[in-house]
Amino acid sequence: MFPMNACNLSVKVRQKHIIGPINLTISEGGITVLMGPNGAGKTTLLKALHGIIRLANGQVTFATPAKTAQEQQSFVFQSPIMLRRSVLENLAYPLVINRQDKQSAMERAQTWATKIGLSAHMDRPAPFLSGGEKQKIALARALITSPKLLFLDEPTASLDGAATVEIEALLSEAQSTGTTIIMSTHNIGQARRMASRVLFMKDGQIDAHSAANAFFDTPPTDAAQKFIAGDIVL
Amino acid sequence: MNDLWNGIQQAIWLTLTLDADLVEISLRSLRVTLSALFVSCLIALPLAAILAVRRFKYRRLIISTLNALMGLPPVVVGLIVYILLSRSGPFGVLGLLFTTHAMVIAQVIIITPLITSIAHQSLRELWSEYHDLLISMNTSKWQRIKTLLWDGRRALMTASLAGFGRAIGEVGAIMIVGGNIDHATRVLTTAISLETSKGDFALALALGFVLITLALAVNFTTHWLGRTEREGRW
Repeated sequence: MFPMNACNLSVKVRQKHIIGPINLTISEGGITVLMGPNGAGKTTLLKALHGIIRLANGQVTFATPAKTAQEQQSFVFQSPIMLRRSVLENLAYPLVINRQDKQSAMERAQTWATKIGLSAHMDRPAPFLSGGEKQKIALARALITSPKLLFLDEPTASLDGAATVEIEALLSEAQSTGTTIIMSTHNIGQARRMASRVLFMKDGQIDAHSAANAFFDTPPTDAAQKFIAGDIVL
Repeated sequence: MNDLWNGIQQAIWLTLTLDADLVEISLRSLRVTLSALFVSCLIALPLAAILAVRRFKYRRLIISTLNALMGLPPVVVGLIVYILLSRSGPFGVLGLLFTTHAMVIAQVIIITPLITSIAHQSLRELWSEYHDLLISMNTSKWQRIKTLLWDGRRALMTASLAGFGRAIGEVGAIMIVGGNIDHATRVLTTAISLETSKGDFALALALGFVLITLALAVNFTTHWLGRTEREGRW
């Protein structure tokens, strides 16, 4: 599936230029963290790479055919979207739509529910759970198909410390079992803990792209330096 | 006031004694209405889901037309169905005029736009909630429609009940195409109309009370079976 190449990628919404042109290569493994000020285009870039928004220009290619690559990706949104079903049915949903038999899908969903600490809430309607619980379900639902590539859009943005630790642990485990992760975050501490590579975005462009250690030790651009120092980047 | 009191007394008496005519008319009313509702739901619910999920030419025109047809005058529907089914009409050979089948056809035409429009409103909201998730999961159009219909089932039940309410209380169209023939096409509404014209207000009221009781019973039963308005449900 890898490398993933974005070539001349740009996105427009109602004739307004949002991001691009962006050229980018993502290799297998590790966690690539997307950082940048609000409105820099992080979410748009994630969605464009995943193929859920229309590109104005350019293309995203993989080493495997597009359909296969699409089937091996998952996406976790900033605000978790819960189906109006039970926790278990939410977890089993990606397996069921991939034509896995219902019995084994439910068994796998139960394993994941236990893994994320929601075994006591398996039959409860997922939309009525807390924000942290919903985000854990969204992440488990994204990981249940063992994707090769996982996109996350600020997955811990509105969560407290305990929930953030749990999400990060799940992400570390997924990464160690072969899932390549691309996530956006505003949390510099989280980026330091998780990132193996950092993409810094500004005004719809990639302002800097380097290994995490190098990025934090010697920020490659003024904007990146200001951002890491906690200054306001306009 | 006397008529009202007599009506109530007679309604209780007819119901308690299981008056043969009343039972026959009530069952026919239910049979015609539920048949029309069943056929309408088969058309309206998938159509509502398709209109919510798919974008195609003339989609807006179809939605506007359906909304406009919600207020379709039943008498006009009855007249058109009469012409179509009459001996000289294009479907006269089927011999359906003045049968319960003709009444079902008229009711289907009246309630399908209503159910479709209400169902579409609910499914459109659900689709805007699910859109990103289902697109990101690479679901097929059929899977999206199936998911919306299942997860929106309680809202769809409300749409169906609105259709039921309109159909069971309908008189103009079914009077024209059914003919109000005793022991053949007479239903509660046409019987009420007949008794009123004969000046037998007590019996007309009695039939009216039975009609209201039937409509309420179906609504309550459906809500009870659908487990709506319970904690942790939609």
